[in-house]
Amino acid sequence: MLDAAIIGAVLASVVAAATTLLLASLGELVAERAGTLNLGVEGMMIVGAAVGYATAYGSGSLLLGTVAAVLAGMALSLVFAGLAIWLATNQVASGLATTILGLGLAGLIGAGFVGTQLDGAPQLHIAGLTELPVVGKALFGQDAFVYVSFLLLAAVAYTLARTRIGLVLRAVGENHAAAHALGHPVRGIRTLAVMFGGACAGLAGAHLSLAYTPFWASDMTAGRGWIALALVVFSAWRPLWLLAGAYLFGAVSILQLHVQGFGLGIPSQFLSALPYLATIIALVVISALKHGRGAPASLGVPFVPDR
Amino acid sequence: MRKILSMAVAIASGLGLAGAGLPAAQAAEKLKAAWVYVGPVGDFGWSYQHDQGRKAVEKALGDKVETTFVENVAEGPDAERVIEQLARAGNKLIFTTSFGFMEPTLKVAKRHPNVMFEHATGFKRAKNVSTYNAKFHEGRYIIGQIAAKMSKTGTIGYIASFPIPEVIAGINAMMLGAQSVNPDMKIKIVWVNSWFDPAKESDAAKALIDQGADVIAQHTDSPAAMQAAEGRDVVAFGQSSDMIKFGPDSQLTAIVDDWSPYYIERTQAVLDGTWTSSDVWGGIKDGEVVMAPYTNMPDDVKKMAETTQAAIVAGTLHPFKGPISKQDGTLVVKEGEALADKDILSMNWYVKGIDDKVPGQ
Repeated sequence: MLDAAIIGAVLASVVAAATTLLLASLGELVAERAGTLNLGVEGMMIVGAAVGYATAYGSGSLLLGTVAAVLAGMALSLVFAGLAIWLATNQVASGLATTILGLGLAGLIGAGFVGTQLDGAPQLHIAGLTELPVVGKALFGQDAFVYVSFLLLAAVAYTLARTRIGLVLRAVGENHAAAHALGHPVRGIRTLAVMFGGACAGLAGAHLSLAYTPFWASDMTAGRGWIALALVVFSAWRPLWLLAGAYLFGAVSILQLHVQGFGLGIPSQFLSALPYLATIIALVVISALKHGRGAPASLGVPFVPDR
Repeated sequence: MRKILSMAVAIASGLGLAGAGLPAAQAAEKLKAAWVYVGPVGDFGWSYQHDQGRKAVEKALGDKVETTFVENVAEGPDAERVIEQLARAGNKLIFTTSFGFMEPTLKVAKRHPNVMFEHATGFKRAKNVSTYNAKFHEGRYIIGQIAAKMSKTGTIGYIASFPIPEVIAGINAMMLGAQSVNPDMKIKIVWVNSWFDPAKESDAAKALIDQGADVIAQHTDSPAAMQAAEGRDVVAFGQSSDMIKFGPDSQLTAIVDDWSPYYIERTQAVLDGTWTSSDVWGGIKDGEVVMAPYTNMPDDVKKMAETTQAAIVAGTLHPFKGPISKQDGTLVVKEGEALADKDILSMNWYVKGIDDKVPGQ
């Protein structure tokens, strides 16, 4: 019952499913490494999806739509940044407010587009490679979002670990008082990190509304922003583990659909819970083995300069 | 999350109604009616169709009514609070439009004997609680027949939401329709455990197609599966709304919910003071279940579908007519009889020929 064609199709679906999560969680990882916990991911994603769709529909350009989605995610992240970073409000409350605002705004923006659809983002086709058995479609037959997600992942991993900017960002997240004493603009850096998070969430939203299911429907993110947040925690704030977590979650959520299709009689309720279970267990085991570095020490703590 | 959101909406709509700035006498004449939706009105599926019905009420009854709605209300305790707030805000007629709102509706109804409630798809009533539903299984029998004619692989792919009687009855009706054309039809069922998650519905459709299903049916609310079918050149059936725009070359027909006639009639009854608790289960004949135009199929298949539809309307064909056997072979309905409504509404078993288990059993 398993042949190369099905395995190839499953792999291709897994990559697509994981990409949304990877994009959204990557941005949040950067924000959190700088010390800000932004629970507004779901809100920024859905606004990205709505604005991206509206722009692409109006202009006929998917690229323009994607850019608009990124900007919209950033704009909403600035609301959060203004509250949580510059007014030093509670980050959890501000993040929740951002999500609620985003869901409402997106519904409003998208209201006129219900029942319409677009031609989704084109998929790569390289003669000879895309037709490769099993891995061809998964590796060489995806849309641009997938390849961008890998570029972003590499850029984030490299920047955090190997560059001065990354070092400063981590310093701000670990000990904002010390970073401030060294003369680093803590709030400015955090704002930029949060904006990067907003941009990534907006991009993830665009992936949903322009490539994955190219239409607009309210609440189409269906909680993926929250999963992205959880992935960041379980990855112990490390980009490569985040990649593993996103792909594991994507893999199990696609595989469980196939298992059901084969009619093996495993309760579907259990299978639906499986992606969450598998991801939590795997990432907990990984971080336990690595007797983990915990959260950035200043995560969630508002910074107020002494004068 | 949705809790806070829906609460905010409920409060806001309450305030909006209270502060409408109308003279008291005139305001009192207006009937306030409210709708509670399980999904977003922008889902282009179940909740969208209910909201179309609400708009039809506004259009038909004009300034005699004032309508409001709360979307995205989670089934369970959360719903009770939302319904309670709507009752307190002065709504005299409240439609709760999802199966999971049954207990909350009854609880709130007990506390507000002067408010009329209408609960969709449930089976528990009270003096001020009516139930209403539509016989979607009539449409599903027809699409089963079409599927059996159109499928080359002999396999239907079915995207299901939750294992509740209505969904199970839908699967059975489709299978019975299919078997009436081809006794060897197979069905693959994938439960997504959600009414609305476009990406997941799309994944489910693709998984089914990858596994050899070449006709896709769904009992979830977004057009994602139709879009996925169109992308893979496979035929499919729309759900709740006419989804032809999402599958111009794929949609065979769609089982469209039209709540407008019922909503207008019931609201008018409250205005006239003739409203009483009732249980209405309308089908194709009553205009509650509408089959979207039969497209993308040969003329003989179209003709067969129209004939079946006419027979259902005329009452000469019942989708659950005997003989019907359960999976283990037990005969449930004898030849010449049909399954009683109450047995359809509490169905928790698959008919013979479905090679799978009802989840959780």
